Amino acid sequence: MASEGARASTETVLAPASGVRQFWRRLRVQRAALVAASVVALLVLLALAAPLLSAVEGQDPTTYHPDLVDSARGGVPVGTFGGLSADHWLGVEPQTGRDLFARLVYGARVSLGVALAATVVEVTVGLVMGIAAGYGNRWVDQALSRFTDVVVALPLMVMSLALLAIVPSGFPRPVLVAVVIGLIGWGSIAKIVRAQTLTLKQLDHVAAARLSGWSSWRIARRELLPALAAPVITYAALLFPVNISAEAALSFLGAGVKPPTPSWGQMLTSANVWYQAAPQYLLLPAGLLFVTVLALTVLGDGVRRALDPRAASRLSVGTGRKKEARA
Amino acid sequence: MKALHGFAGFALRRTLGAVVTLLAISVIVYVVFYAAPGDVAQITCGPRCSPAQVHQVAEQLRLDDPLYVRYLHFLQGVVAGHDYSTGTSVEHCSAPCLGLSYQSDQQVTQLILAKLPVTGSLALGAMVLWLLLGVGTGVLAAWRRGRLDERILTGITLAGWATPVFVIGLLLMVLICGQLQLLPFPQYVPFTEDPEQWAWNLLLPWLSLALIEAAKYARLTRSAMLETLAEDHVRTFRAYGVGERAIVGRHALRGAVGPLIALNANDLGSLFGGAVLTESLFGLPGIGRELVHAVNVVDLPVVVGLVVLTGFFVVLANAVADLLYAVADRRTVLS
Repeated sequence: MASEGARASTETVLAPASGVRQFWRRLRVQRAALVAASVVALLVLLALAAPLLSAVEGQDPTTYHPDLVDSARGGVPVGTFGGLSADHWLGVEPQTGRDLFARLVYGARVSLGVALAATVVEVTVGLVMGIAAGYGNRWVDQALSRFTDVVVALPLMVMSLALLAIVPSGFPRPVLVAVVIGLIGWGSIAKIVRAQTLTLKQLDHVAAARLSGWSSWRIARRELLPALAAPVITYAALLFPVNISAEAALSFLGAGVKPPTPSWGQMLTSANVWYQAAPQYLLLPAGLLFVTVLALTVLGDGVRRALDPRAASRLSVGTGRKKEARA
Repeated sequence: MKALHGFAGFALRRTLGAVVTLLAISVIVYVVFYAAPGDVAQITCGPRCSPAQVHQVAEQLRLDDPLYVRYLHFLQGVVAGHDYSTGTSVEHCSAPCLGLSYQSDQQVTQLILAKLPVTGSLALGAMVLWLLLGVGTGVLAAWRRGRLDERILTGITLAGWATPVFVIGLLLMVLICGQLQLLPFPQYVPFTEDPEQWAWNLLLPWLSLALIEAAKYARLTRSAMLETLAEDHVRTFRAYGVGERAIVGRHALRGAVGPLIALNANDLGSLFGGAVLTESLFGLPGIGRELVHAVNVVDLPVVVGLVVLTGFFVVLANAVADLLYAVADRRTVLS
């Protein structure tokens, strides 16, 4: 059992190995994607090192500092530039006096973590539904495809907002947000997986595997999944920034991650009230959101170009392409 | 004649498909919200309801009936209307009846109709802007492909696409209304009351939405045009000496029209169901803000009604887009 599993894993790693190398080669030549990848790496590092960084600063994201806000003026941070000081590197949050730097770096964890988890949910559900629809018989396909169409037609924002309201509040909020975003957003992955599976099913080696009596599960794992990796990774990379936006939006509306857990979207809820006294309270979460989503989008675009042979061939004839359009 | 027959058949199939999808959406939404764990009557009525009110809600929702009977009852209301007894009098809720709100005792349909002009104003105005911005940028990008100005333009549209609408909206609002004081903080004025104030107050929400959406249109226009420009018939036009401006503006743009219609219908459909973020940010009393409110006070009939309505707009828009597309390109009928 164990040896069989080990053999399977080396095989699946070996088979697309040249593909992985080719992927890196194609990704490396894209300067924008490389810059974006470094920015993303930096953000991930920031999120992972959040406890360390706030420990160095000597603050934590949840302690109230009522002495640092002027309650007579509605909670404006005391001091210049929103309470900027050696103790509070980026100032403090209006009204509560919580440390802004600590909340921002911990917010990076929530933002990236929730979006990653939501993407994993989308990929998992999308793969299962897509393979089942593409590999199953006509009725299974009809039923699952219709269902997918319906899920795609559900408005993401409206639906998740409504869903988050009726779930009991006992659940850990970030997990809940990730699951809700994931359960509404898997449609596009299921569609592409189904289409690919339909094509793969016709191929000789899959037919041979089926004729030699492999179970559907084994065929899915050994024959379909490796071939599905490229399109699924592409879609996942493009969905990831969308999920970052979705989490931020839900938290902005007060339906997502709730205080005391910090989230960039949630900080922006009341930021416009304080922009004169503490501009960084608006600009920093907004800027971080912008940079994160932009970097992930550019990276996702780069991954798509590196994985999609059609886009890649267009990429490689870049100079010839220019000539043809100018002709 | 045969083509017309084919088109009529296609239209019929497409419409039926849309109805089936819509029914499925309503089933899912209804079941998800009313079969949710917890005391439905209590949730529906809200946290501040008295036991007597909860009991009345349970009766009106027919909680003793199985779920599918209740769903059919809901469906019956949508198709044929309902009569509700409100203690002393009987209130009639006519044809597309989506139930009663337990917070305001209003009919959900009336509630939605009252908010629709706001959301409609927002969506239609933003659409005009994003089409102008997006298609314009896309045409320019296809035309000037590979040059510095094109690369800058493409970069800007990508940034717009990537930014959540409330981030752009917030920054615009703080900058334009707060710092520069060029515009007042948006406050909805009905078109019928004062068209000029209506437009000035909606300008910023329109712009925020358009900046987000325009990127998609620019990218789509650009890639569709580039594809057409690479085709043989365009080369023939060039060989015949057709000017570059005519080729780009007339022939290449034509190839982008179909996908643009489809995308636009889709976006407009989902916007009509409530631009939740934009309306919340700018305080516009539209459908999206109503939804946020209904969600906060757990007014289930309103929530279900709004989600189904949004689904309806999306499905309707997609069906209309497909039909328009089929009119523009008869080949789709055959597939």
